This record gives sequence, C-alpha cells and structure tokens, in this order.
Amino acid sequence: MILTIAKKELKLLFVSPLAWTFLALIQLMLTWVFLGRLDAFLELQSQLMQIANPPGATEVIIVPVFAVASIVLLMATPLLTMRLMAEEWRNHTMVLLISAPVSITAIVLGKFLGLMVFFLLAVLLTVMLSLSLLMGGTMDFGLLLSNTIGLLLLAACFVSIGLYISSLTSHPAIAALGTLGILLALWIADIVASNAGNVIQNFSLLRHYESFNRGLIDSFSLVFFVLFTLTFLILTIRRLDGERLHG
Amino acid sequence: MFVNDSMLNVTVFAHNLSRNFGSHTAVRRVDLELKRGEILGLLGPNGAGKSTTMQMLTGNLAPTSGSVQICGVDLLKNPRKAKCYIGYLPENPPLYKELTVDEYLQFAARLHNVDLSRINSAMTEAKQRCGIGDIGKRLISALSKGYQQRVGIAQAIIHQPEVIILDEPSVGLDPNQIREVRALIRELGKSCSVILSTHILPEVESVCDRVQIMHQGVMVFGAVLAELKQQGLSLEQIFEQFTLKNAHTGNS
Repeated sequence: MILTIAKKELKLLFVSPLAWTFLALIQLMLTWVFLGRLDAFLELQSQLMQIANPPGATEVIIVPVFAVASIVLLMATPLLTMRLMAEEWRNHTMVLLISAPVSITAIVLGKFLGLMVFFLLAVLLTVMLSLSLLMGGTMDFGLLLSNTIGLLLLAACFVSIGLYISSLTSHPAIAALGTLGILLALWIADIVASNAGNVIQNFSLLRHYESFNRGLIDSFSLVFFVLFTLTFLILTIRRLDGERLHG
Repeated sequence: MFVNDSMLNVTVFAHNLSRNFGSHTAVRRVDLELKRGEILGLLGPNGAGKSTTMQMLTGNLAPTSGSVQICGVDLLKNPRKAKCYIGYLPENPPLYKELTVDEYLQFAARLHNVDLSRINSAMTEAKQRCGIGDIGKRLISALSKGYQQRVGIAQAIIHQPEVIILDEPSVGLDPNQIREVRALIRELGKSCSVILSTHILPEVESVCDRVQIMHQGVMVFGAVLAELKQQGLSLEQIFEQFTLKNAHTGNS
C-alpha cells in the first residue's frame, strides 16, 4: 500500500515539468562546479605533488560538488514538497486516500518514500558525475560513500519537514515559503550561535552534514538526522489524524 | 435464526451519531440503518448535516459520540477492514487532474486492494457502467464536469463495495446524464446498499426505496417511499412541513 502511494506521487511528479526542470538544473549547476574544480585541480596538481600528504582528486573536486548539492537541495526541496499534502487538501483528493482501507501512517510513509525515490535519482546523478573521474585516475570511494549517505539523510530531513509544513495548509505557496523559512533558519542556526559548543548549533542540519562531507560518518549526526526525520513524520501522521478527529 | 438472517443483511448501522465543531453541533443523535439491496435518500436543506453524516459513515470524520458498523465491522475500532466495504463519492469528486482516467482508476483500484490480476477487468466494468468506456486515455483535467463526476462514481464502485455512499451525485450533469446516473444507481441498489444525498426531490422519488430528512443536524423524518405513495402523501409537502416549520421556530 505504501508502494502504491509512492508510485502515484512519483507519477504526479513526473507528469509535471517541475521534476524534469529540477533534475536538469541541479545537474547543470553541479557539472559547472565540477568542471571548475577539475580545472583548478589540474592547475594545482604539480604544486600539490610537493606536499607530503597531498589531497586527492576526490577531496578537491567531489567534496565541493556535494557541498553545493546540499545547498541546492535546501533551496529546491520546498518547491517539491509543497504540493505533497497541501494540494491534496486543496483538490479534495485527501478524501480518496482516507476513505480507502489504508492507514494514515501508510499515506504519510508512501508520500515520503515517493519523494525520497526522486531525490535518490538526483543523488545518483551526482554520484555518476563524480564517478566520471575514474576515466582519468583513482578515487577515494570511502569519501564518496560518506558524502552520498550524508546527502540522502539530509534529503530525508528536508522532505520530512516539508511534508509536515505542507500538511498544515491547503495553499502550496504558503507551504513552500514556510518550509524554505524553516530550512534557512536551521541552516543559519550555526552562525547565530557564535560561540562554539552552543546547544543551538546542534540543530543546524548543514553543520551535521559537514562531517559527512569531510568523510566522517559521525554517529551523533547520523542519529540526529534519523530522529529529525522520524519526528516530523510522526508529527505529520498526528496532524492528519487530528484533522479527522477535530475537523 | 430469522433474527440472525436479518442482522446479516444490515450493511450500515449507525447509532446515536453526533458531531460537534467547537460549540456548534452539526449532527445530533442520528440513527441510520440500511439493508442490502436498499437505496436510502438523505434529504435536507443546505447545511442540514448530510455531508457531515456521510463523512462520519466513511471514516473521514470521527464522530463526537455514537458508533458506526459497516457489514458488522466497527468503523471506529477496525477502520481498515470496515473501509473495504465502502465506496464513497464526496461532494467534490476526489480527482487527480494531472492523470488520465485509466491511470486514476488503476490507482483507486490498487488503493482498495483490488488484485493485480483483476484490475483490468474491474476497470473495464466500472468504466462501462458509468459510460466512460472510451475516454480512458484522456486527461481528467480535460474532461467536462459531467464526465469528471462519472469518473468519480467509477472510482467509488471499482472495488465492488457492499455500501456505496454518494454525496449529490447528479450535480453538474445534463438531463440525459442524470437519467443515466439514476439508472446506474438503481442497478447498483440491486446488489448493494446505496446512500444518496441530494436536494432534488424527484431524484429521491425516482430512485430511492426509503427517505430520511435531516434538518439542523437532526433526523426529522423517515419513511418508506412506497408507503408514502400508498397514503397519497407528496414528498414535497412533507419536506416543506419538516424543514420550514423548524426553521421558523429556530429563528423566532
């Protein structure tokens, strides 16, 4: 049942030009960064060779690409999550899902999974871009793996919060703005807390992503991402249940 | 034995159903019973609580008090099993306008646990019954209101439910389509139970076996249509008598 709903979400996503435009744009931007870094790497290569422990191609080229990918994801997620729930309220199609013999948990998880499959595709494109480096040399696969895992976990957090905000309103535009606002706030939470070790810093999603970006799978960050996603999925389920109970 | 048999034939049993929205009571202590092969017309002026009652019967809204049983299964305690028996067309047909009719019906069928092997035959049958057999490849957004309404009805009957709940099914249809939809409802009523809400009195007279009139959230009248006809009472007079009288006392 979760798969049925996920499949429907994907279908609705791909019949609109939004998904294709998004995939094309993210690919364009990342390739641009990729080529820029590649150029810089080739120029610096001779100098890098003289250092005792030189940074490899993966560190110089791929890490910045994934860092940019996280920002692009942050900007684009609200546009993709806004219609998940809000449009169902608006078009009265939520009734179809709720009248069917499907639990609310399955509805929420199906929608979450549908969008995650889409983001998996976007991440996969980025990974393939990175793998093209293999044509000219070797790569640090560990670093690539930690970046991939990090980006997927980050996407899961973004989607879950977007899903929740979208369930609060029947106006997709408000859902998009609300999600963007919160994601930006969670990003700059890092900067606001100027002195290191402040509790607020821990809420910055991109700060947690940084450790994955550096190739460090930090268990604290891992647990934070998973708990963050779960929290907002549960909040969404509760919200849908509340609609039935309180009207 | 006889009691058991008649109990088995009851498909919808709602007892003492109430629903408050804040301090406002939309539906107050409504009782409703429906047998297999019966078509019930739910009548009432705008805002009488018909749609709210239907939302409670389909599990879209939790009642403040009271209980609902669908084919003997408690809707509140075991919603997923009870919902298997229900086909519901809400006031606004729940259509994904970006999909084609076939894609949409396929999704509706999967959502209602129709077997993959049976999906194609179920879709063909539902489309044929609703008279939309030849527009399967078209986008729902490109259809006229009447066709969209029919797709909505097809969605409600695709899993061959025991109970079909239709909220104003003939809105937006032209006279020919209204006649077809009424014929379809009569045919559906032979094998399942149908609840139909409307404000069109002739529709009730031509389609339904039984009528219940709601006014200001309360069930004010209920009768078998054949008996009314025997007594020579007109539905219009009864409707006026029960809904106008209470409105005056309510206002004064």
